[in-house]
Amino acid sequence: MPSALPAGDPAPTDGTLPESASAGLGDRPFGFYVHVPFCATRCGYCDFNTYTAEELGGGASRASYVETAVAEVRLARRVLGEVDLPVRTVFFGGGTPTLLPPGDLTAVLAAISDEFGLADDVEVTTEANPDSVSAPDLEVLRAGGLNRVSFGMQSAVPHVLRTLDRTHDPARVPAAVDWARAAGFDQVSLDLIYGTPGESLADWRISLDAALASDPDHVSAYALIVEEGTALARQVRRGEVPMTDDDDLADKYVAADEALAGAGLGWYEVSNWARDPAARCRHNLLYWQGADWWGVGPGAHSHVGGVRFWNVKHPAAHARRLARGESPAQARELLDEETRRVERVLLEIRLSAGLERAVLDDAGRAAVPGLVADGLVTEVGDRLVLTLRGRLLADAVVRSLLP
Amino acid sequence: MSSKSAPPPGHTDPAILRNFCIIAHIDHGKSTLADRMLQLTGVVDERAARAQYLDRMDIERERGITIKSQAVRMPWTVAEGNDEGAEPGDYVLNMIDTPGHVDFTYEVSRSLEACEAAILLVDAAQGIEAQTLANLYLALGADLHIIPVLNKIDLPSAQPEKYAAELAGIIGCDPDDVLQVSAKTGLGVEKVLNEIVKQTPAPVGDADAPARALIFDSVYDTYRGVVTYVRVVDGKLSHRDRIKMMSTGAVHEMLEVGVISPEPVKAGEIGVGEVGYLITGVKDVRQSRVGDTVTSQHGGAAEPLGGYKHPNPMVFAGLYPIDGDDYPTLRDALDKLQLNDAALAYEPETSGALGFGFRCGFLGLLHMEITRDRLEREFDLDLISTAPNVVYQVTMEDGSVHEVTNPSEYPEGKIAEVREPVVKATILSPSDYIGTIMELCQAKRGQLGGMDYLSEDRVEMRYTLPMADIVFDFFDQLKSRTKGYASLDYEVTGEQAADLVKVDILLQGETVDAFSAIVHRDAAYSYGVMLAGKLKDLIPRQQFEVPIQAAIGARIIARETIRAIRKDVLAKCYGGDITRKRKLLEKQKEGKKRMKMVGRVEVPQEAFIAALSNAPSAEKPKK
Ligand SMILES: Nc1nc2c(ncn2[C@@H]2O[C@H](COP(=O)(O)OP(=O)(O)OP(=O)(O)O)[C@@H](O)[C@H]2O)c(=O)[nH]1
Ligand code: SF4
Ligand SMILES: [Mg+2]
Repeated sequence: MPSALPAGDPAPTDGTLPESASAGLGDRPFGFYVHVPFCATRCGYCDFNTYTAEELGGGASRASYVETAVAEVRLARRVLGEVDLPVRTVFFGGGTPTLLPPGDLTAVLAAISDEFGLADDVEVTTEANPDSVSAPDLEVLRAGGLNRVSFGMQSAVPHVLRTLDRTHDPARVPAAVDWARAAGFDQVSLDLIYGTPGESLADWRISLDAALASDPDHVSAYALIVEEGTALARQVRRGEVPMTDDDDLADKYVAADEALAGAGLGWYEVSNWARDPAARCRHNLLYWQGADWWGVGPGAHSHVGGVRFWNVKHPAAHARRLARGESPAQARELLDEETRRVERVLLEIRLSAGLERAVLDDAGRAAVPGLVADGLVTEVGDRLVLTLRGRLLADAVVRSLLP
Repeated sequence: MSSKSAPPPGHTDPAILRNFCIIAHIDHGKSTLADRMLQLTGVVDERAARAQYLDRMDIERERGITIKSQAVRMPWTVAEGNDEGAEPGDYVLNMIDTPGHVDFTYEVSRSLEACEAAILLVDAAQGIEAQTLANLYLALGADLHIIPVLNKIDLPSAQPEKYAAELAGIIGCDPDDVLQVSAKTGLGVEKVLNEIVKQTPAPVGDADAPARALIFDSVYDTYRGVVTYVRVVDGKLSHRDRIKMMSTGAVHEMLEVGVISPEPVKAGEIGVGEVGYLITGVKDVRQSRVGDTVTSQHGGAAEPLGGYKHPNPMVFAGLYPIDGDDYPTLRDALDKLQLNDAALAYEPETSGALGFGFRCGFLGLLHMEITRDRLEREFDLDLISTAPNVVYQVTMEDGSVHEVTNPSEYPEGKIAEVREPVVKATILSPSDYIGTIMELCQAKRGQLGGMDYLSEDRVEMRYTLPMADIVFDFFDQLKSRTKGYASLDYEVTGEQAADLVKVDILLQGETVDAFSAIVHRDAAYSYGVMLAGKLKDLIPRQQFEVPIQAAIGARIIARETIRAIRKDVLAKCYGGDITRKRKLLEKQKEGKKRMKMVGRVEVPQEAFIAALSNAPSAEKPKK
């Protein structure tokens, strides 16, 4: 079951943003997230806003999705006005973007390029399922302007993949990486999940080694979260599989950091490691650095100049609104100064670049010596940077910095 | 049948007045029977009716129990040729619905003073239970006529014949005299009303004598000030009077006189035998004390009526605001609650762990829990309560004596003797459980005082038990070991010397005074192990290791460790997660507010409550 959207203020049907949002538009980096809400089957742990063919029902289809997405790109242009707004990053995520014909993704990219223009050094990523992507697909994508690919590898251990309901053959991952390299992708990233019920520390090391054997430019490693409403949560409740264990997750995080750093990948965000600064995912940095982006697609979130808004969740409702020429935004949230400050603390502290001290208020600053003494943060110039222990306790650090 | 022209207050011939209360064990259906009477007499119409109409407080409605007695005036016309043989005509009934829980026995006993008869209600599926007997004895002590009634005869499990015999055996009447009703369906209730008219003696008093009225309840109302409930014995009280409180001689202007029917109805006056209310503009119930006699300022009575014994608090616990800034709010809130609850006692105290708070005295655990609930709800407070305890008398070898209401004040040094309060407990149970109950009572240091068979298969067992055990888990254990069949009533009867010790709990080597408890030496070790284990489960992991120790003096008797938390971070935080993540942070901050910092350790409220909750959650004593 896809998780629920947050509550917010109503958003106007034409999508108009408050004036405050357009101030400084174009000065901050700007990007697009394109959500592709389709999957072949639903994985047991997944609460993303994604739909299998059966779940989709009438009113929306994979075939017509490209049209809907392009319509939203055009609407974004109308809403944002004719400012010079070259797009620095585009990210196709899901769901499973590679379930769409590759031409659909490149068509959406072309529409973005048409409406806004792409920056010279634009980063265009797609997530790809090792199962549903082929060498020719990757060639079409590369030719259409995509230059970064992130494979949902998750694990190299068959029993772990099975528990996750992932259907791919582990051997398919290195193959897909090779195809991507051959097709000319600049950056290849692998996504991993640790802490799956039944996964041993040794299993996790096998996955890490397997990932590193493909020599990726970038790795994301996420602790499995048992989300409410998922099949996995029900299995846990029925006692069929054990709940994730925080100590186990901590051990595996430490193992990941060791293995990745050993292979020359440095952390730059709590769950992300890159070969070098150029290999960091610039799109994700957009989120963490308070830049602007437009999220296309059902349930996608956008942020423009201190206004967060998010689209209606169901693909059919999303398509219907756009077909009527209306904004698909369901609700929005105007962030006041303090809220923006709070967000800066909770996002920037997660980065290796750290959080500028100046963002803290007096009470937050007063907590710093204690955090340093406890070995949770170090002071690097005027910035606070999490230690390894601090990364594992980042939420506690945030609570101390925002008392 | 309801009357169109009900006799007005102040002009009602005592001969047609019938004052009665409904008493029973908890949950036997008193308030439901009252509902049917309110409807049959027409004072509450179908439209306004709701179940347990007289349970007006939120907390009563939520818990489905009565806490405060309620008096209602109802007109009733007895028809010609009624089956009961009651004298036809118009009557005025004053009914008082009372609580059944043992903590509120004092509510019952004062209600009795306003009545000439009591309906002793017994659930026909349960039979006589401990509070049935306790309340019966109270009513007999107040010289009331008893009208035995079996309720819930609609239940398939009802055994009216068996329990009519049991009831008759206890009261000393004929089983055929036991009335049978279903308060739920209304079956038999009209008959009960006619029987009340027939059996209840009319009140007697001297209409021409100086006014004398007994205060049986006194309630603070935000809008009207103190509302005083009285039963007039002699003379009359008129809204033009100035009245005098006989215990203090204080004189008050009378602003309003009236009766409750079932909402307040103003009247010019109330006379002999009538039950009503007075409003004098007084703001503090202590100026209008329950048990006092009201008379007129001029030509007043010389002799007051007999009063009541004021209830003493039996159970003590510390109440602390989680947020220290709320201390003044808590103090004001206690002041306000005490206006309506003379049994609530409190005085300021300080705890090393919990800061500033109050040591509060309650009648029992339910009283304690309800008070805490009301404080949190009505005054928007977050409170921590320490484990309940009783009062100990500690005599030192040098002869000095300390009264300990708070375990952390247990004296150091050479102790000659410790005395603890004991209760006389009455347990009613099917005879199958005699062995089990004896075992339990022995484990709790009880002494069997006697045992009687109420009927072939039901016994009454009388035990002397340490009050401290009643305050802890005795009732829960009694219930669970007898599959819920046994019932318990108790009263404090005295004290005894006992071999008691103080068990302390240390977090990170520091004693947390709020966790200290006084227990019997033989039970100290298992108590320490139990509590340390429980705290280990209740206190969340912190960023550092937290050792928990239980100790008697300097001797450690149990030890546990809460391991340090190693992971507290959300793995993912992308565009769509930010709003949610921020809201989660807000929620976590709220949660943290409900934690108490003990040294560097964040201790959740539940730890303080549940620490001793082998000790009862007091809401259990229902049923
Ligand atoms: N079946 C049935 N249930 C009844 C009858 N009378 C009361 N009850 C139920 O018994 C429960 C307790 O009823 P109350 O009227 O609240 O009992 P009470 O004696 O006033 O309880 P306290 O005031 O808390 O001592 C409720 O669930 C009633 O609905 C009856 O005649 N038949
Ligand atoms: S493939 Fe990804 S998005 Fe689709 S169901 Fe599985 S985990 Fe969820
Ligand atoms: Mg009741």
